[in-house]
Amino acid sequence: MIRLILASLAALLFVPQALAQDAMPPAPYAYNQLADPRLEAEASALMHTLRCLKCQSQSIADSDAPMAGDMRHQVRSRILAGESPEEIRRWLIARYGDYVSYEPEVSATTWPLFIAPLVLLLVVAAVLLRRLGRRRSDADTGDAA
Amino acid sequence: MRSLYVWVPLLLFAFFAGLAAYMLTQPKTQFVESTMIGQPLPEFALKPAFDGLPGAAKADFGGKPKLLNIWASWCLPCIAEAPQLEALQQQGAEIIGIAIRDRPDDVANFLARHGNPYSRIGSDAISEVQLAIGSSGVPETFVIDAKGVIRYQHIGDIRADDVPKLLAELEKAR
Repeated sequence: MIRLILASLAALLFVPQALAQDAMPPAPYAYNQLADPRLEAEASALMHTLRCLKCQSQSIADSDAPMAGDMRHQVRSRILAGESPEEIRRWLIARYGDYVSYEPEVSATTWPLFIAPLVLLLVVAAVLLRRLGRRRSDADTGDAA
Repeated sequence: MRSLYVWVPLLLFAFFAGLAAYMLTQPKTQFVESTMIGQPLPEFALKPAFDGLPGAAKADFGGKPKLLNIWASWCLPCIAEAPQLEALQQQGAEIIGIAIRDRPDDVANFLARHGNPYSRIGSDAISEVQLAIGSSGVPETFVIDAKGVIRYQHIGDIRADDVPKLLAELEKAR
């Protein structure tokens, strides 16, 4: 019974997607790894840090959306053609903005995120120095008395 | 004075909690806009998507502003937008299509059923050109100016009230 319910739920989940997808075979490098394990490792590491545009909470390495497959094909064929992972990331960011990359970028909107921890550390250091300094001078005066 | 400072962390916390609560009530935009607006079209040359029309290449743009419509026969909103593309074409817009991950038979069937407003349709079987222009789904429509520069992006299906906006963008791109 439970199995039946699960099966019908799964059917409900997958039917609309199946309808809205194409009948084309995946791009050559969507599901095929590169022959050279070192290049494949580079490509794989990059794919885990690129956002699937169709399914925005997944990386293109995690997604089965056809567009994610096409993006994996871009990554692998560009790596094979000798581009570096950073060049490919730049290429995608030039087209979709920082949003496409899961690797945090310092930009006009994100710099406070990088500065804030430093500022906080400085504040903490200042407070600590003042407090410790005061305690020491308290202790000094205590000794003198 | 000192007793006031005690409240600072709580106020900060309340500020961030309030900000988070407010942002949660705001609608999330699902669209990823192309950052290629103002950039020239990248180089591409696509084979015809079916027998009836020539393919599409960068060289087909320029001379006058044209629409670049990213679509697919398997895409449901593309059916909804078909009459609006037809309206745009009747009002003088030249529309070059790029069919994403599509088969010639399906393209021909779609056009027979929903009308054909295109002057050319290229077949992008691996979403290559789509990725190169920063498009993240179907349908999307780009305005390409007389020099082949991307000027405007419309995400999603074109509704009746989007038609004047697109015509105005075409006029602006002259």
